[in-house]
Amino acid sequence: MTHRIIGVPRRRVDGRAKVTGQTKFADDLMLPRMVHCKLLRSTLPHARIVSIDAARALAHPGVHLVLTGRDFPIPYGILPVSQDEHALAIDRVRFVGDPLAAVVARDELTAFEALDLIDVQYEPLRTFDAPADSLAHETPRIHDYGDGGNIHKLVSLSFGDVGAALAGADRVFEDTFFYQGSTHLPIEQHAAVAAVDPDGKLVLWSSTQTPHYVHRALAKALEMPAAHIRVIATPNGGGFGGKSDPFNHEVVIAKAALLLDRPVKICLTREEVFYCHRGRHPVLMRFTTGVKRDGTITGMRVQTLLDGGAYGSYGVASTFYTGALQTVTYHIPAYHFQGCRVFTNKPPCGPKRGHGTPQSRFGQEIQLDKIAESLSIDPADLRLRIVERPETLTANYLRVGTIGLAECIRRVTRAADWPNRFRKLPFGHGLGLACSSYLSGAGLPIYWNDMPHSGVQLKLDRSGGVTAFCGATEIGQGSDDVLVACVAEVLGIEPIDIRAVTGDTDLTPVDLGSYSSRVTLMMGHAAVQAAERARDVLAAAVSSKIGVPADRLAFADRRVFDAAEPSSGVTFAEAVCLAETAFGTIGTTGSYTPPRSAARFKGGGVGPSPTYSYTASIVEVEVDPATGWVQVPRVWIAHDIGQSINPTLVRGQVEGSVYMAIGEALMEEQVFRRLPSKLSHALVHKFPSLLEYKSPTTLDMPEVFTELVEFPDPRGPFGAKEVGQGPLLPIMPAVANAVYDAVGVRIDEVPITPEKILKALDAKAAGKAPRIGPTAFPDIPWPEALQVPPPWEGGDGTARVRSQKYEVRSTK
Amino acid sequence: MVTIPLIVNGEPVDAAFAPYKTLLEVLREDLDLCGTKHGCELGECGACAVLLDGQPVLSCLILGVDCEGRSVTTVEGLARDGRLHPLQETFADLGAAQCGYCTPGFLVTAKALLDEHPHPTRDQIKEALAGNLCRCTGYQQIFEAVEAAIGRSVTIHAEPAEHAEQIGSAGSASSAFNVGAPGGGISTR
Repeated sequence: MTHRIIGVPRRRVDGRAKVTGQTKFADDLMLPRMVHCKLLRSTLPHARIVSIDAARALAHPGVHLVLTGRDFPIPYGILPVSQDEHALAIDRVRFVGDPLAAVVARDELTAFEALDLIDVQYEPLRTFDAPADSLAHETPRIHDYGDGGNIHKLVSLSFGDVGAALAGADRVFEDTFFYQGSTHLPIEQHAAVAAVDPDGKLVLWSSTQTPHYVHRALAKALEMPAAHIRVIATPNGGGFGGKSDPFNHEVVIAKAALLLDRPVKICLTREEVFYCHRGRHPVLMRFTTGVKRDGTITGMRVQTLLDGGAYGSYGVASTFYTGALQTVTYHIPAYHFQGCRVFTNKPPCGPKRGHGTPQSRFGQEIQLDKIAESLSIDPADLRLRIVERPETLTANYLRVGTIGLAECIRRVTRAADWPNRFRKLPFGHGLGLACSSYLSGAGLPIYWNDMPHSGVQLKLDRSGGVTAFCGATEIGQGSDDVLVACVAEVLGIEPIDIRAVTGDTDLTPVDLGSYSSRVTLMMGHAAVQAAERARDVLAAAVSSKIGVPADRLAFADRRVFDAAEPSSGVTFAEAVCLAETAFGTIGTTGSYTPPRSAARFKGGGVGPSPTYSYTASIVEVEVDPATGWVQVPRVWIAHDIGQSINPTLVRGQVEGSVYMAIGEALMEEQVFRRLPSKLSHALVHKFPSLLEYKSPTTLDMPEVFTELVEFPDPRGPFGAKEVGQGPLLPIMPAVANAVYDAVGVRIDEVPITPEKILKALDAKAAGKAPRIGPTAFPDIPWPEALQVPPPWEGGDGTARVRSQKYEVRSTK
Repeated sequence: MVTIPLIVNGEPVDAAFAPYKTLLEVLREDLDLCGTKHGCELGECGACAVLLDGQPVLSCLILGVDCEGRSVTTVEGLARDGRLHPLQETFADLGAAQCGYCTPGFLVTAKALLDEHPHPTRDQIKEALAGNLCRCTGYQQIFEAVEAAIGRSVTIHAEPAEHAEQIGSAGSASSAFNVGAPGGGISTR
């Protein structure tokens, strides 16, 4: 199938705006009479708020308003099961940086000054700084909900008899890993502007990836009809998951604008962005895997312990994601997942690119490297033997479509000359391989319903111009470009002929947001459907005009013409006029709802997707044994994209993923320290600044050799699958595997720092285990496992009823 | 308030602003030039880079009052006579701008490099841009865009598919899509 636009490298539709500085980000909005907001954030990690006295701040010249938690009695949160946030803390702060008061003033400087004039009295509470602490001490509880004490969520899902599968294995491998937390670090700090329309309705512009969910949260927290609230997602200056929650500052300025009846702006400082966080969960994990001598897996048990930080955020979903996708990549006949998320007094963790899956992917791919070595099988060959079968239902009821992973592995091993270089390079030089898979959109919405996940409306103008309306949010990934490309392809016009109106809850049909790599697939389907309906309307009108059957008409080059006799036809603009004459104003809609999941057990809502992308990567490292310094000169990566919509942007997503992954592998960490006792002994962020939170610069970035494997998947628009997140996943374990190839030490945790490598080399020299990483996994009060027989044992996706007690609870 | 003369993007202006403001704030808040961005206000990210008398500087670290009589070039001043600067063309064409937030800082820094070294090596490009952080692209498409702007042909690493593989199950609805599916090498424009 050849396309005119799809699959052809092209300047993105918003490219000109971005290189001329004309893209309007949230902080670029300046409205008449606008005032500015700043938040007072807690200086203690866990404390009861005894009193807040704002009298001096209110009296400060230029201050218009001071708000506190009492002004926001209604809680909200991104997940229906974790409505645990207030716009401003009411009686308790839970981490250093938790907002508890807000000042609105004539300018930022005045607002900052007034923050210092708010007197807060705290009563410190016991601080929980690590998961072990939260597991060991049930009180004081950070939240009064969850699965007991300071445990937020406990999960145990069993698919088949893993005990028997491990007993039947030739070898059983048990390994523990630790994945340190990291943050998104978008270069744009979160910003928002709220205003009241002349008719009294509320408008919020915000750098959010999820305007639809912000819309819902505002309606709830402000007790306003959603129909009287308009949320406009401004183009995000980077998101990576960090702008996917409804945030305190959005709710606060919305309320302030309503109270003052004038525009209110807030732009977070860089330090505050570190406190907003919602980034990668630190995860301790244990993999127990049984294999046959030929490397095939008999069964696997995965246990994860997530440090959730102070609030729920997406954490329940994150927990499930640490155990969801292992089976999508490799065939695992029996699988048991146990996950636990605890609350600690740190900024809340949430979804960062790869959401919950990079941590366990790290463990799984390093363990496979160890298994391959132990069984004397080449790591690439091992993976080729165990790649999950296409068009199948996994043990945990995920419906897998096309799988290009084997081809990805063949491509990278050929490009990197793997057979001649792996385990054959001089000491200090190494290659490592790892693979991954990722969803092309979450199969279920965050709040469950059967409505479409994405909608597109088209308006066709007599000029030949088309406007495409969709709630999707441009966060840099190119969603506007995908929308326009899909419509242009179907209607035979050029991208420049189409105006994209997106991310506006008043003007555009709902799209759930830019998360879970869902937009290209879901919005793309909706756009194609809307465009095909428009094409049908135009074809009917042109058909009667030129006397050619509608099904013989072609749409290309801004014309509608007889495919058999191309000179016979009309321009696209004429076609619109003919259609408008015949049928009235031309507008069409399209929508997309993912297929129903095969998983029908509690917890089966996380993991299903219309289809999955696959990636294989080989990383080359140079390790200096004297300093422990790791250089990554080259990365080869092949990604099963299905079909590129715009290959320029696809390659950008692949390379950007490699970049972000290199940062996580080698340097990035969101970590904390205690202030000295003579100060407050408070648990604080170690370095909430761009300078000290190390991220890769131009000088750190390896050369990336990207290959796109394009086997169109019928489940995606034009065959497209996701690319925004999957290519990040294999890099961290590939770096770790490459370090082992280079110097023979296992670093079973990220970041892989020079200190750790030196320590492991010292251990190796002393004849000790050449490894850095956790050695134990704590006792966790796991619940009785939910037993779900896998498909090949006659299961139907439901859990086996185990006890009367469970039955009663499950039907409640 | 103070008022000082400035030459902004080639035009003389009298800029009036509160004396504590940085050049970044003067540009964005008092001269309505919002193309220049901020990512930290501490000189760490490079998003606020502008050219001061032709040299790249971090406008968040310079007081507006210290710029009296000097020439400031921002992203809004790169285009001339209605035509984009070659860097702007290649950044837009080659994927060097994703979210676009760091882009103005990269563009002016790259312009300063090319003004001084019309034919920089890849290493010189990396060195010149090392103070600008981009979280989207992984920098490679930025390097390529700079090279393309000086007419260097861009080598993009990718190989065409040599063989298609059956990746759906035989006889499934998808098999028709797999047979002879085109492979995925990326080509330049």
